[in-house]
Parts: sequence; structure tokens; C-alpha cells
Amino acid sequence: MTYIAKPKIDLPGQKRNELGLTERDYEGAMSTLCAGCGHDSITAALIQALWEMSVAPHQLVKMSGIGCSSKTPAYFVHGAHGFNSVHGRMPSVATGAMAANRDLICVGISGDGDSLSIGFGQFGHVIRRNLNMLYMIENNGVYGLTKGQFSASADPGSTAKKGEANEMQNINTVATAISMGATFVARSFSGDREQLIPLIKAAIAHPGCAILDVFSPCVTFNDHVGSTKSYAYVREHLHRANGADLIMPAEEISVEYREGETLPVEMHDGSMILLKKVDAEYDPTSRPAALGYLEKQRLAGYVVTGLLFVDDSLPEMHAISKTAHAPLKDLAFEDLSPGGEALVELQKGLK
Amino acid sequence: MKRTDTSNPDYFHQVVDCQWGCPAHTDVPEYIRLIAQGRFTDAYMVNRESNVFPGILGRVCDRPCEPACRRGRMDEKPVAICRLKRVAADHRGDISGRLPVAPKEKNGKKVALIGAGPASLAVANDLMPLGYDCTLFEAQSVAGGLMRYNIPAFRLPPEVLDEEIDYIVDMGVTVHYNHRIESMKGLLDEGYDAIFVGTGAPRGKELKLPGRYDSDNIFIGIDWLESVAFRHTDRIGENVLIIGVGNTAMDCCRTSLRLGARNVKVMARKPREFFKASDWELEDAEEENVEIVTNHAPKEFVIEDGRLKGMTFELMDYVIEDGRILEQQVTGEVFIPCDDVVLAIGQENSFPWIERDLGIEFNQWEEPEVDEVTFESSRPGVFFGGDSAFGPKNIIWAVEHAHQAAISIHRHCRDESLTDRLPPLLNLGSRKMGLHEWSYSNSFDPAARRKMMHVPLESRFDALGREVELGFDAQQTAQEVERCLNCDIQTVFADNLCIECDACLDICPTDCLSIVPNGEPEELVQRLKAPVLEPDQPLFVSDELKQTGRVMVKDENFCVHCGLCAERCPTAAWDMQKSLLNFPQAADYGSPIGDTPCQQRKTG
Repeated sequence: MTYIAKPKIDLPGQKRNELGLTERDYEGAMSTLCAGCGHDSITAALIQALWEMSVAPHQLVKMSGIGCSSKTPAYFVHGAHGFNSVHGRMPSVATGAMAANRDLICVGISGDGDSLSIGFGQFGHVIRRNLNMLYMIENNGVYGLTKGQFSASADPGSTAKKGEANEMQNINTVATAISMGATFVARSFSGDREQLIPLIKAAIAHPGCAILDVFSPCVTFNDHVGSTKSYAYVREHLHRANGADLIMPAEEISVEYREGETLPVEMHDGSMILLKKVDAEYDPTSRPAALGYLEKQRLAGYVVTGLLFVDDSLPEMHAISKTAHAPLKDLAFEDLSPGGEALVELQKGLK
Repeated sequence: MKRTDTSNPDYFHQVVDCQWGCPAHTDVPEYIRLIAQGRFTDAYMVNRESNVFPGILGRVCDRPCEPACRRGRMDEKPVAICRLKRVAADHRGDISGRLPVAPKEKNGKKVALIGAGPASLAVANDLMPLGYDCTLFEAQSVAGGLMRYNIPAFRLPPEVLDEEIDYIVDMGVTVHYNHRIESMKGLLDEGYDAIFVGTGAPRGKELKLPGRYDSDNIFIGIDWLESVAFRHTDRIGENVLIIGVGNTAMDCCRTSLRLGARNVKVMARKPREFFKASDWELEDAEEENVEIVTNHAPKEFVIEDGRLKGMTFELMDYVIEDGRILEQQVTGEVFIPCDDVVLAIGQENSFPWIERDLGIEFNQWEEPEVDEVTFESSRPGVFFGGDSAFGPKNIIWAVEHAHQAAISIHRHCRDESLTDRLPPLLNLGSRKMGLHEWSYSNSFDPAARRKMMHVPLESRFDALGREVELGFDAQQTAQEVERCLNCDIQTVFADNLCIECDACLDICPTDCLSIVPNGEPEELVQRLKAPVLEPDQPLFVSDELKQTGRVMVKDENFCVHCGLCAERCPTAAWDMQKSLLNFPQAADYGSPIGDTPCQQRKTG
């Protein structure tokens, strides 16, 4: 918590994006999270990614549930739409918003408590539905807001601040998402912005539900020796499977890449994710390979980060539901509400 | 890059741009904070410690601090440092108990000071408390030197001068007024232990053009100002030309307006960007409807029947690139009529009274050979300071010369090495008061620089001595002090505490922090979050951080010292600490009569 606000200072030579906005224009309110919280670092990454992508604030909708993580939407793009919903129910509300206006860019922010405990059902079904959104899980392994109890993502054997060890098995967010049929699954670390920012951009560009699990140390309750989600532990055990660069449709591919080292993944809108392979064996387009790799690295004691799985060919929610091609707000009133007679006609057909 | 050595006092000193820019190293942010707290007397004493004449300098200082001010790089206008100094001087309470005093018991050493200008006075200020017997020789009937007779009273009222000069003279300096030293040899024979020459640069430069000596209406600027100050001159013609655009020219043109001139033109040879006068002095002159004419090179004085009719000028055209004149040519000629001409094209020191066989060496331009550190001439025991040492500078430089010369005189009188000098001392103290509280006003105030109020034009010229600037009022002061960025409250980094959570990087309102892989300086600056705009500003590089081996880098250029990095840091790796710099003065070298420093040293 900070008492003075981050002052707005117009410095000479500030950079502007295609919309003429500065990075500072993508900020939100002052964070009231603990000093040093990984979530704030993720917020800064989101701000930079959205600014670099020139997302118009009015085109963005920010969704969240309950928890430290779910405060995040207040801290970026103050000009965007937002909804801070019920605990674990962010996916349902996001589905409603995106059903009504399919042109929005949806960023949902959740935490390990919000998504893996109370909202686990919602988490699974929004993946199956393949709602076009960035579903970010700020994963710190504890319930920070209620003073540090283990969450469902805490590793077995890791200890709480006062020393007791966790004896339950954990839910592996990314493996769960891949096995449930997610079309884009990535993992990163709040302290690795070089990797995180391109992943956020790729997730936003992905036409479907993009799960982005980000390890985000809780400085107050989970940054001690014995924790497996501390800054020091994650840095020591980090294993980057790959790094990503998002190439927008209009951009020329200026990065030189050699066969075998870089894997281009073309997106349906013409943009391209260039995956810089760190581990040559790894193939993020194969579900069994991804799951096997994750399990193998887990046994070896590594935390795998990078774009772990991507399949751009599966249909997203609007295609599956065969909904109107335009946002509801753009439909004429008569089309949106054809009146009682049309309803009677419709019902006749269902008899 | 290696870790920046912040234990070298120069590092943090350089961050305090104003203090770094001030020849006398005045602790500007400290006194501005004291003003903000209404502690005017304390603010005055912090000033007096380093610059000796706060009331005078608060009006007429050349302000090297202001162009240096960080605020000026951010929103164009620097903090009105000089005017705030005047606020402290104008509103101070009784300081009689806080002034240095001379001990009753003298140390038996006699020092002669020649010329009662700022340099000699400041030497006396430093030496009197140490028990020296100082004797001051002044050619005029009053003390002050150029401060009194080259700076017009409408900029610097005599009462202000008298008060601050008296603080020094009243310590018991023996002053011989109307006593011009005609022979250095004679003075040397009188057996002084040391002699300090503070005679300034009293000779105005000549403009030897046809007609120069054919009229009585052509004056040398500084001589003319002096005769105005002593009331020997009280009028001038209606149409006056001032030749030159330095600060003396500004004083000449504005003085002319107060002596009856109606139409005053300042004639400049070059375009405005090459003017020597300070911007604010040019603005003040233009406010009084002085016309400044550029690209006119004087050619000749036009005299008819023994009377000055005017001057002819050559019209100049220049090819300028990157602030330098590459080519120039004369495109024509013009006659400008006038009644009087004042020449203000510079001044130089002059020593006809120093015999050349005394071991005091002079260079080819007849300037004395003076050591830049000790201020000693080639003859041991004879020192120079102020304009007499290295030619015309300004008061604040004279004061600094005097501090250094006083140290040398003190060492000389004790047969100690002059070059063996104490280093400046740096003291850092945290300004943390609580979880989110600092003992300084850390929030950034976007207010623009306050404008100094002036006496209205219609009543400005009634009396020669009517002070034009009114000083800041309470509200202006309250707003202006908040513009100061507190650059002396330093961001101090403890490398071993950092967990690289990036909190400081994200909160920094000016993106001056980065955590990047280490490398050579050229590579490193490429990796920073914001481009390096001022390569001369210091760059802080930490040791390799323990988790990733990267380094924390801070570009000091745009830091607003808001303290948010320290507030956001979960491990207190960043802290806000006041840098108190102590620049040794003569008293710090020990007093011959007991080793307690006699001067009141500032508290920080």
C-alpha cells in the first residue's frame, strides 16, 4: 500500500503507440497489494503488452473473481470495461460479456484459489467452451488474502511460512488445462518479463481460450525457504521450454531463425508466433508430447515455462454455438427483438 | 560494468545538480526545505555557511544552480532557487547569536586584505574566528567593491549590502578606507604574515574606433556605473547606445533609463544565442522597453563640431551551425544617432601597483600566475582570489576562491603544506519515518515556476534606488518550494537485499530504473528501460544481484526523488537517505588557539 499516487510526469521524448497513447495511459489505479507482490509485476507486463499491441481501451474488458489476483484489473487500463464478479465465477460472467459483444478483447484475471478451488468447475468448462479470452492465473500457491494457507496448487512437501509441510497433492494447472482440451496453454513467471510479455500478446491474439499460468510469488506469505513458489526457488528451478515472439499480421518477420531452433506457428488471423526453441525435443503442437514432457520435467524437479501447447484449429464458442457474426449492440432492434409473432413461429418449429 | 563507487562523495554530490553547479556548494535542497517549514533563520544560516552573502546573492547571483536544476530538464523552468534564497534572507530572524565570533585571544598572525570586495570580505569571514588579525585596505570610502558600485541600487539596495558586510567587519576587522595600495613592495615591507589580493577586475575594456577620444559623451560602463553609484553622475542624454550585451550592459541600459534616457538601445554584434547576459537580466531590461539590436558591429563614432552625433555600424550576416559561427560577412552599414554611448564590452584585472621584481609572476596577458587549488601566487604568502585571480567571473566564484584562499593562508601561517587538503565528507542518513512516511515532502508537484513580481513600470523610474523586484509573497514561496525535487534525498541501494521482484521498476514514474544483464557501458545503456538522454548525468550500477546475476541500473537524469521505489521495496533494498556534504573550510583544519571549530557548522 502506498500513500502518494504515482505522479504523472510528462517527460520529453515519451514514446507513443499507434493510437498516440503513452504506456502510462494504460495504467490503472495505484495497487494496494503488498510491496513486492508478483501480481504487480504481472500488471506491469500486461500494461506493456496492451500498449505495444495498441489495444483501444474501450475495446478491452477486464474480468475477475475474488482474491489478491482478482484485484489486478483495477490496476491497468483505467479506460477499459471491467467486472469484478463472484468468487470463482469469472468465466461465466466473461462468457456473458463475450456472447453479447464478440468484438471485445477479454482479459480474465484469476488466482490459484479462485480457479483451482471454488471455481474449478468454471475453469474446466470455459476451456471446453473455448471462449475467446486470455485467462490468466496469478499462481502463488497460497491464500494470501486469508493469511497464507496452502492453496490447491501448493506442491506436496513445500512448507508454509511457519514450517508445516503440505501433504496433499497439487493441481497442475497447465497439465489439467491441456488434458481438458485447451487450445492455448502457457506458463511463465512474474520475474521473467522478457518471456511473459510475448506470451501475453500471443494469448490475446489466440482465437480461443488461452490459459496463461503465471507463477507470482507472494512476498508476504510464500517467499521463504521451503516454499516452491518463492522468487529464489522459481528462479533456481526454472526451465524455459521456449520463448515466444508474436509477429502481427502486418509486420514483416525480421527475426532470422534457423530450422530446428525456431518454430513458426501461424495463427488464423495471419499473425504468427515464433517459438524460440530452447529444448529441441519439445513439440508444443502435440498434446501427448506436451503432457509427457511436463511430467518428465516435474519428476526432475524443474518448473517448465513457455508456450506449452497450442492448437489454433479448434472452433471457439461463437463458431460452436453458431451465433450472429456481429456484436449484439450492432444489430438492428428488429433483428435483436423480432417481436411476439416471430416467437410463436419459432415455437411452432420446435413442436 | 563494476559497481558504482557511491562512497566517493562526488557521486551523490553530482546527483544534487544545484549543489554541484554552485561553486560554493550551497546545500540548496536543504535550505529550500527549511523555508518550506518556515525556518527562515535556519535557511539563512545554511546559506551563509557556504556562500557568506545570502541576502546579496539572493538578488544578484549569477545562479549557476538554476540552469543545472533537474526540474528544468523536466518541465523547462528550474526552481527559482535564487529568489528563494532572498526569501530566507528577507524573513530571517535575529542571527546575532549564530554568527561566527572572533576570539579575544589573537593567534599573533597578521593578514592584509586588499580591496573590500566579496573575496576579501569572505576571507576575513573565515579567518577572523580563528584569531587572525585582519587588515582590510579599500580605495573607496565604503566596503563592497563591485557589489556596491557596479551593481545598481535598484537591483541591490545598499542596506542589504551594509548588513551582510557588517556581520564580517564587526568581528573586529581593521579597515582602512580611502586607502589605495600603491605599492605591493611597500605592503610586503610592513611584515604581514600573508597578503590576499581581492582587487577584482576594475578596468573596463576599450573600443578603439575612430572618434573614440573626440567626445566626452562616450563612457566606459563600469566606471560610469561607479560614478552613478557615488552620485558623481546623475543624468544622461535622451538617446543612449550601449555597446555589448553582457550583464554589465544590462545594468548600464537600465541605469540610463533612471537618469533621464528615453530611448536606449543595446547594440549586439552577434545574434541572441551568443549573448553573454543571463536570460533573466535580458528579460528585465526588455520589460523596461530597452531595445536589443542584433547583428550590428560598431564601426565608428560620428562626431560633428566636437559633438557626438551617433555611431555607424556594420550590418552582419552569419552562417551558424550547432551554435558556432562558421562564416560572417558585412552586408551593409547603418548610422544610428545618439547623445551618449556606454561601452560595456568586458573588463579585466589590472595590477600597475604590483612591482614586477617581487617574485610575483605574471603571464603574457599581465595576469598573475595563481595556483587553481591553493590560490597562492608564485611568491609564497601572497594570494589572489575573486576576479583578480582569473579574470571576471561573479560573486559566488569570488566567495569560493576566498574559502580556498583562507584555508591556504591558515596553512601557510602554520608552516603546513598548502596542497595537503581535506577531502569533502559525505554523511548519509535515512529519511524513513514510518511505513509510508518520509521526513520530506516527496509528492511531485506539477506546478509551474512562480513569476517574480516587479514594481509597475510607471513608478519604477522615480528614484534610482527603488528596488524593482518585490520578492516572493507567502503563497508564491509556498508553491515554489514544493517544486524542488529534493535531489539530496538520495536513492541508496543495498545490493544484497534485492530479490528482483521488479516492484521499483514498475512504480518508478520516470522509468529511471532497470534490472538488466551486466555488460560494457555501451551495451548496458542500450538495455535500459528509458533512453539515456543526458550522458553527463551519473549512472548507478549495482553489484551482480544474487538471484539472477543481473544488475540494477539507475539513470539519475530524471529521478524525481519521490521515494516510491523505496516505499514499494519489500526488503528495503532501496532507501531514501539525505546526503549531507561537508566541504572543509579553514576552521576545519584546526584552530591555533584550541582545536574546536569556531564556526557554527550546519545541522542536516
